[in-house]
Amino acid sequence: MSTDYNGYITADTIEGGDDGPLAERTVAVKDNISTEGVRTTCGSAMLKEYVPPYDATVVERLVEAGATIPGKTNMDEFGMGTTTETSAFGPVENPVAPGYVPGGSSGGSAAVVAAGDADMALGTDTGGSIRCPASFCGVVGIKPTYGLVSRYGLVAYANSLEQIGPIAPTVEEAARLLEVIAGPDDRDATTRDAREEGSDYDYAAAADGDVDGMEVGVPTQLLDGADERVVETFWAAMDDLEAQGASYHEVELPSLEHAVEAYYVIAMSEASSNLARFDGVRYGVSGGYDGNWNETFARAREEGFGDEVKRRVLLGTYALSAGYHDKYYKKAQDARAWIQSDFDDALSEADVLASPTMPVPPMELGESLDDPLTMYLADANTTPVNLANLPALSVPAGETEDGLPVGLQLVGPAFDEHAIVRAGSALEN
Amino acid sequence: MSDDTAVDPEEVQHVADLARVDLAETEVDRFAEQFADILASFEALDEVPEVEREEELANVMRPDEVRDGLSQEEALRNAPETEDGYFKGPRVS
Repeated sequence: MSTDYNGYITADTIEGGDDGPLAERTVAVKDNISTEGVRTTCGSAMLKEYVPPYDATVVERLVEAGATIPGKTNMDEFGMGTTTETSAFGPVENPVAPGYVPGGSSGGSAAVVAAGDADMALGTDTGGSIRCPASFCGVVGIKPTYGLVSRYGLVAYANSLEQIGPIAPTVEEAARLLEVIAGPDDRDATTRDAREEGSDYDYAAAADGDVDGMEVGVPTQLLDGADERVVETFWAAMDDLEAQGASYHEVELPSLEHAVEAYYVIAMSEASSNLARFDGVRYGVSGGYDGNWNETFARAREEGFGDEVKRRVLLGTYALSAGYHDKYYKKAQDARAWIQSDFDDALSEADVLASPTMPVPPMELGESLDDPLTMYLADANTTPVNLANLPALSVPAGETEDGLPVGLQLVGPAFDEHAIVRAGSALEN
Repeated sequence: MSDDTAVDPEEVQHVADLARVDLAETEVDRFAEQFADILASFEALDEVPEVEREEELANVMRPDEVRDGLSQEEALRNAPETEDGYFKGPRVS
């Protein structure tokens, strides 16, 4: 099924099993998640003809649960973007706000759910790539605790930060999809069993909207500098939670002011290493030239990669290069540890933390492409969560006066997806 | 902002060589300008205190047993060029 907002890169159907919790449901899959026999491009010209010989673990679990996969969704190239405009297959338009971006990098996944062209979808979140498009398209997205969901078969961008997670119209459906994909996998050694972390996998049951007595922390750093229309919508949603019996307090997390820089240094550094595999020999676009190997590979990569990917691979190479490692990479790791400890402190006095998911409403199409730094700064509220390995959910909080969706982000303790599901479901009442 | 962390086009070219990515000349100039702004924002990391890191990491081990993997044919299916069951790289002149 093709869409007029360019949500799918490949619209081949993968049939699900006969029964299971997702029988008769469609779940679209982001195009950086491997599907055996169905091309998986990562939104890149480099992989425009790449057909994986195996399924990602999450795809196996979807099919076993009875889900039908209607197609592979459009995305920023290799997940690198906040607007889904860096795809080699063209930008995605926001189906609920025509003329605006759907957010990124899982913009196709959020768009097909918002438009009703798929019941649910899988996205991936390295620095906000599930929560941002969920927020901009007015749907629900969950970035799971690091290690909850297997990354086997996910084409790596920044492995220490990224997780696969659900996008759905409601919190309960997102929680149900998370139940299907979560759980340890011996093919991804970074997965952990939630039951061994004092938790369980019954997420959908937590969508009971019962926030009576819940304590919510609001990190002031994530409201400073946010667009006024977003801040207004956020506080209106907080009033709603309060009316249902939750209470909130403001909390200072000074480390969060450094999250965007730390995130980009770490993500770019990991990307420069992960994307070294694309040399056009085993897969991908071949330079097709003879001569010096390094020059041949450099030409294949010039042809196969788009601007944003080149920018990040180069900046990552720079941050790791002799003389700069201590200045950038080591400092970014210090910032990461500082952010983790700030979150630990804040979550010892609150059940969940709340903020706007994005500091701004959706941008107009074409507005942010020429200014990468401004685009990076839009990730201020989402990146800290990846650096801290914590779970977070984006739920619709309302709309600005001009009808643009605003999302509210809830952050919980590690392996306590239940807390964010519970608080998020209360906002749907 | 870009004045104190100016990035020279030659530096961009050097990093591009290290990363094995060819760049057109116009790209080199544009990246030099953008990198100056981006690196200037990264300067704020200087304010981050040194933090004691408690890594809660444990090695995950498994027995080294033979398991099914991809067949040679499957492994080669996406290669632009193959010969006699091998990947074929560029000819070295």
